[in-house]
Amino acid sequence: MPTLTYRDALNQALREEMARDADVFLMGEEVGVYQGAYKVSRGLLEEFGPNRVVDTPITELGFAGVGIGAAMVGLKPVIEFMTWNFALLAIDQIVNSAAKLRYMSGGQVPMQIVFRGPCGAALQLAAQHSQNFESMYANIPGLKVVIPATPADAKGLLKAAIRDPDPVVFMEGEMLYNIKGEVPEGEHVVPIGVAEVKRAGDHVTIVCWGKTVALALKAADQLAAEEISVEVVDLRTIRPLDVATVLASVRKTHRAVVAEEGWYFAGVGAQVVDEIQSQAFDELDAPVVRVTSADVPMPYNKHLEKAAKVSVERIAAAVKKVLYLD
Amino acid sequence: MATARAGRKADTKTAEKYRHYLRQMLLIRRFEEKAGEAYSLGKIGGFCHLYIGQEAVAVGTISQLRPDDYITATYREHGHALARGISARAVMAELFGKATGCSKGKGGSMHLFDASLGFLGGHGIVGGHIPLTTGMGFAIKYRNADQVAICYFGEAAINNGAFHEAANMAGIWKLPCIFICENNRYGMGTALDRATATWNISERASSYDMAREVVDGQDLGEVMAAMDRAVVRARRPASPTLLEIRTYRFVGHSMSDPIHGHYRTKEEVEAHRKRDPISLWDDKLRAENILDDATMEKMDAEVKAEVQDAYDFADQSPDPEPAELYTDVYAPRASE
Repeated sequence: MPTLTYRDALNQALREEMARDADVFLMGEEVGVYQGAYKVSRGLLEEFGPNRVVDTPITELGFAGVGIGAAMVGLKPVIEFMTWNFALLAIDQIVNSAAKLRYMSGGQVPMQIVFRGPCGAALQLAAQHSQNFESMYANIPGLKVVIPATPADAKGLLKAAIRDPDPVVFMEGEMLYNIKGEVPEGEHVVPIGVAEVKRAGDHVTIVCWGKTVALALKAADQLAAEEISVEVVDLRTIRPLDVATVLASVRKTHRAVVAEEGWYFAGVGAQVVDEIQSQAFDELDAPVVRVTSADVPMPYNKHLEKAAKVSVERIAAAVKKVLYLD
Repeated sequence: MATARAGRKADTKTAEKYRHYLRQMLLIRRFEEKAGEAYSLGKIGGFCHLYIGQEAVAVGTISQLRPDDYITATYREHGHALARGISARAVMAELFGKATGCSKGKGGSMHLFDASLGFLGGHGIVGGHIPLTTGMGFAIKYRNADQVAICYFGEAAINNGAFHEAANMAGIWKLPCIFICENNRYGMGTALDRATATWNISERASSYDMAREVVDGQDLGEVMAAMDRAVVRARRPASPTLLEIRTYRFVGHSMSDPIHGHYRTKEEVEAHRKRDPISLWDDKLRAENILDDATMEKMDAEVKAEVQDAYDFADQSPDPEPAELYTDVYAPRASE
């Protein structure tokens, strides 16, 4: 199986889906001539032409709305945001239009559209460029929210998102673009709404997604040396949430940590904890512990930034806490 | 002789068409009066924005479209929906929140839809639907088709970023879009000159390399003529137009707003009422000898009956089934 970067896996998914379906087009800032701010769309303009790889002005609300309008009459747009931070300017269109038009028209309006781009903190990009918004979008009925953690999932989930008949908020990890992994060639579609156990274990479940998956796996490696067996559940999709896979793991381990790159208050982790306590209360041997970014805007200073971020050490400490080993 | 007969025939056809437009305006007027009554009786809930006074805009512009063109509008869209041909029954039933409504009772007054007629919504966020219409124009061009996408909005929306972002893209990409600004002088209760630095709205088009016209929205003939020119520009090879159609709302912003009071005087409203689009068109048809008292009385009686029928239909229609609460949030799964 070929080894690809996360970036090239996404590129492959876009290329294959655009070749497969003439109604699919890519629109956003710098997707064409510039080859993508993060080079996810490299080569697509040359392959598919300017009608299908469309550079826009820096007007997130406007081009998100243009994509939604095109989806209302049956096209299948992929709208790239240079980052999800900038998509805040488009949130009216995503929430008030994309998420609701099918419902408020009584089912008459189609909405097959993907909004995609990088989320989360990179390195020293400071407060306005280092944010996670999956909990905000996942709060909205009508949207689906997907966050792949590996190159294989990046390809398979993007292909699924483009084929999905509903609006999909697709969040890529800015720090994941360069990671490498084996990626199946051709028809590799990962279903939306299905979590995956990335590592099996017996003592503690770590629920994670996106960037925290790699951290959780590293923590699990370290803890294995201390004879602590950790199961790592990668949600992959935030909405619809695969509660069954989480519960199955908790029923086995009886202890859980939720590791989330975003903020603590009303984060996705709070939802995960609620699903566990309401459906598997008697299975728990300890309260579930959440690991999140510090509850502050991201600072620029590298030491402060490091202190704000989720780390392998903080996840490992949380695992020990639910085992009462701290 | 043959030419003369053909000429007379065409005149008859035109006369019929002109009377039909009068009937459409009258239908909207009577429908809105009935909706106001029904609101007062508690049959209609939520917000309800009536179109009385602006009828010539919807009827005149929609008269120039093809059935496969796309339309979006604001939350003051009962008139546009009726002019496009959604039945009075389906619109009234939607206002009543009934299962037989054009959006199955899930949209209400502000969210009327009929995709089969290309009527793609009543939208509730000021300016929010302008990019959507631009996207429909993009899709038309993407498919190399020759439809047009038109969008109605009030003059308050032209200060909104959504308008400028969308108009700019329509200008860059030469999309087949017609942006119809219904300038009724007030954004809710804020007068145009209190909200807009330059009052000549149509001039905004020049920022986006777009054709523009200022139109008397009380004169159906002028509205039709300007719309005809805009549609010609929008069909292949496409280019967009901003039509500023000046009109006036004879009623309050919504059912909770009195006709006059804080932001406009009784005298102002009465002065504008003298240019009622229905009376002006009625006068014109009579001057051309294609309308008489008997025809008008018959038409009015028919329209009243149609509106009463719509009211009765809506009143007697069932509410949506409780299970409808959870349908249409997402697309039905392939197995369903």
